[in-house]
Amino acid sequence: MDSVLTTAEHVEHEHASLPQHRHHFETEEQQREAGSFGMWLFLLTEIMFFGGMFFAYLLYRNWYYPAFAVASNQLSVPLGAFNTVMLITSGFCMAVGVWAAEMRKKGLLVLMLILTTFFGLVFIGVKGIEYHEKYENHHIPGADFSVAQFVNPAAYGIKEAPLSPDMAQHTEIYFFLYFAMTGMHAVHMIIGIVLLFWLIRRANRGDFSSGYVAPIENFGLYWHFVDIVWLFLFPLLYLINRHPLH
Amino acid sequence: MAHEAIHTDANDASDITNPEHAQHHIVTPLQYLYVFATLLFFTGVTVWAAYIPFGIFNPVIALGIASFKATVVILFFMHAAYQSRLIKMTIGAGFFMFLVLITMTMSDYISRSWGLW
Repeated sequence: MDSVLTTAEHVEHEHASLPQHRHHFETEEQQREAGSFGMWLFLLTEIMFFGGMFFAYLLYRNWYYPAFAVASNQLSVPLGAFNTVMLITSGFCMAVGVWAAEMRKKGLLVLMLILTTFFGLVFIGVKGIEYHEKYENHHIPGADFSVAQFVNPAAYGIKEAPLSPDMAQHTEIYFFLYFAMTGMHAVHMIIGIVLLFWLIRRANRGDFSSGYVAPIENFGLYWHFVDIVWLFLFPLLYLINRHPLH
Repeated sequence: MAHEAIHTDANDASDITNPEHAQHHIVTPLQYLYVFATLLFFTGVTVWAAYIPFGIFNPVIALGIASFKATVVILFFMHAAYQSRLIKMTIGAGFFMFLVLITMTMSDYISRSWGLW
């Protein structure tokens, strides 16, 4: 009996040649495929999560169109466009980072992860400036929210037609959705940046430059997904109301 | 494996170790650079288009460009173009499900409570 067990164990573990290869996967390709598949399933749940908020935005924009157009035009297109470029650049660095891990270039991988983090932090910083401006203008929903700029725009130097008081109240829904959507997006960015710090430390240790790319690759999927959410947030929140229908 | 010469990404149940024929494709930095340039270019286009009065087509153009950019990111930055059919189907099914949910919810909202909001 002893010899049978020993042989069985030997056969079972024979194929596990690399330390990252788990014994319940037949081959490394199978392990990699299962990992990517699982990551994509997670991202699909994320699509449904953000999708709910996108739907709320779509519906309320149709219901309270004038309020949404005027409120949306209070956002800064230059800051939004700058942030879009920051995110695309961050995503590009992440993509090159995945390539560096595949090519087992440790130095380049660490550099690319640091750049990815840097551009992500710039994005968060600019977002903070935008949020602060909303705070100063009393555009954060809640007790301090004020419709003054929307019922009497001329007094604040805003070139918009004044809204009736009841329609002006609905700008609060726009700003609620603005903060909910960009806020949840920013939370995803912050989670990503925390993970990046951890990945940089591990990459620097050499964990991902000996053929083990899965954590970098799957984190890349997450980071690009967060980019994609912003690619839709930017036109929906900043751009599509610049020429409202009257 | 002889069957790989015929099919490249179709499921093959007889291949128990790698039924999806998952292959390890590495996208080069030059390809990433093209994608990066495309994304920057269309970011510029979408900002420019927002200031041109196209009437009801302004949102259509903005969302069309955003969808195109998202597709490019999914295909190349996220390597979907080089994945197995299983993963391509999974991604497609997810987006299809999302569209079904949006369409059904919207058709409910627009078909009741006319003018009561």
